[in-house]
Amino acid sequence: MVAPELLKPAPLTNATAVEMIKVNKWYGDFHVLRDVDLEVARGEKIVICGPSGSGKSTLIRCINRLEEHQEGTIIVDGVELTSDTGRIDEIRRDVGMVFQHFNLFPHLTILENCTLALTWVRHLPKRDADEVAMHYLTRVRIPEQANKYPGQLSGGQQQRVAIARSLCMSPKIMLFDEPTSALDPEMVKEVLETMEQLADDGMTMLVVTHEMGFARQVADRVIFMDRGEIVEMGPPETFFVAPRHERTKLFLGQILR
Amino acid sequence: MTEMSASSSTPQTFVRPAMTPERAAPVPTSGALAWIRDNLFPGPASSVATILGLLLLLWVIPPLAKFLFIDAVWSAENGDACRAQEAGACWAYVRQKFSFFMYGSYPREEVWRVNLTLIAGAILTVWMLWPDARGRGGAALAFFTVYPVLAFGILTGSAPFPVGWLPSSPEGQIIWIVLVVALFAIASTLFYLNRNIGWAIAIFGFIAWSELGSWWLSLGLPLVGTHLWGGIFVSLLVATVGIVFSLPLGIVLALGRRSQMPVLRFLSVMLIEFVRGVPLITVLVMANTMLPLFVPESWSPDRLLRPLIGVALFSAVYMAEVVRGGLQSVPKGQYEGAMALGLSWSQVTRLVVLPQALVTVIPGIVNSFIALFKDTTLVAIVGIFDFLKAVDTGRLDPVWAGPKISTTGYIFAAIFYFIFCFGMSRYSMMMERRHSAGRSH
Repeated sequence: MVAPELLKPAPLTNATAVEMIKVNKWYGDFHVLRDVDLEVARGEKIVICGPSGSGKSTLIRCINRLEEHQEGTIIVDGVELTSDTGRIDEIRRDVGMVFQHFNLFPHLTILENCTLALTWVRHLPKRDADEVAMHYLTRVRIPEQANKYPGQLSGGQQQRVAIARSLCMSPKIMLFDEPTSALDPEMVKEVLETMEQLADDGMTMLVVTHEMGFARQVADRVIFMDRGEIVEMGPPETFFVAPRHERTKLFLGQILR
Repeated sequence: MTEMSASSSTPQTFVRPAMTPERAAPVPTSGALAWIRDNLFPGPASSVATILGLLLLLWVIPPLAKFLFIDAVWSAENGDACRAQEAGACWAYVRQKFSFFMYGSYPREEVWRVNLTLIAGAILTVWMLWPDARGRGGAALAFFTVYPVLAFGILTGSAPFPVGWLPSSPEGQIIWIVLVVALFAIASTLFYLNRNIGWAIAIFGFIAWSELGSWWLSLGLPLVGTHLWGGIFVSLLVATVGIVFSLPLGIVLALGRRSQMPVLRFLSVMLIEFVRGVPLITVLVMANTMLPLFVPESWSPDRLLRPLIGVALFSAVYMAEVVRGGLQSVPKGQYEGAMALGLSWSQVTRLVVLPQALVTVIPGIVNSFIALFKDTTLVAIVGIFDFLKAVDTGRLDPVWAGPKISTTGYIFAAIFYFIFCFGMSRYSMMMERRHSAGRSH
């Protein structure tokens, strides 16, 4: 048996999980993030929506430094993100991420996908790593696929593996970048259920998605972004019922129809 | 009463009152005749092509078989029988000269050393490359660490560096051996604890082991200078060293070319473009004449080592471009997925990117290996007595000289090169199939 703390998320040391202060980012001349201020509390679930190109993916990708911000401050559980690679690796170990296109490693089995970082980053012996991986694969309800390759699984199953792979590292925070956008409609539900279960367990989550049902049910706050700005932010009860901003109304009108 | 349809709900008895009329036999869809019809004569154009192809084979094969086998001289004391007008291939000459083709001028009473090295190398290579063999990793480790040292000591009868400083008493030797073993133990422990120090010590340990191991193995063996080496054995040596060094060096150059660090990128691009921009013969001649200029005279690299470096470098730059193609085929999401898990750059490269990139470019890599294998014949330019050079020299022997003898020698060389190149090609195809099975993206 592995130590029980390997089988659950690591606790955040600070009450504020993520703090972004006046964050700005440009791609060449294109201003992707404009003065973004955001504070995410421990255990909070945030859903970010907005039209394509509004900077919502870039925003969460800045949190684990897959994208570099040029101005402002980002603090993840008390650690400020700078170009110090040691610190970036430290933050990436504690922040899990799930991608639109799963990004599973096609040359490794499902089990090996999950144990890779446990072995090489956490330096767990193979037996313990396998046990942790099987624990999370059971949790996302696909332990029987452990020895298959990603290409042999359906999209929904692959995305659940991707979630399990992130959870194996006992992350303090989980980032989801449009986790259901590349899925066939009948598979969206199984992935959303997995995420809801994760939310019920108290994980701090930032989710970029257009699944407004999920936002209503799970989110503590919903953020609407447009042209690199946070336009509107509020609890789902007020956000969906009484959006204040014109752009929000227009966007919600388009996707809720 | 008519036949009942299968969907009828009530079971009914049915007896056919008369035999059904006989029908013509169906056109066979399997078997030899069907295969010939479907594949060789499916239509007029294909039929014409098949007939032309058969005529071509009829035109080529009988005279070839006549020359190679029926009229061939299988045993003879000298070239007289082979010089006869009606004689075919002169296999007697190949048999007579075989040890010269195999070992060049390596002293005849010492060729057991070459045989031992070749057999050990063949066993380790097959073991290492056999897909489901047990202990493949061990075989690979032995091939890359123990085998080169063993081969060096046994083939040359000396150690890589001058050995005057080594103790000659048995006690002294035991102390040295204990030291080397201890070094290895420390190296492997440190490797487990802290990768970087471990690497340094592992490399140091390997150098110490190369020196001591080959020195110890060579005790009592007469020195055989590389100027006596030759034949198939040297061709295989040049090819093996080229293959073993070109792939890792090519990977390093490819990674360097894609690096974010400008100096590293510049150096890689320069080396690749420069070496790729000149013919192999130029590289060999430059390695032969220029390498000695860079080091003190007493350290001047061996005459066989210079072309070895040249061949490995030349092959490595081509390999670098092949590998770069593979690296570009790995989607950006793979890097992101791996980095998001907290893997470092070298881990991402080693564990996620390279395994996918290299499998994609197996055909290109093997293509380079095959080209390299045949290019080893060019080392003759700088005075290395490789297999083809041995064949070329052997035919001038006045005891044997004759037109059929020359032809036979070259046919023998062609068969040798073909077997190795075809073997590599088939092996790579098998590996491709294994890697694609069950891993559709």
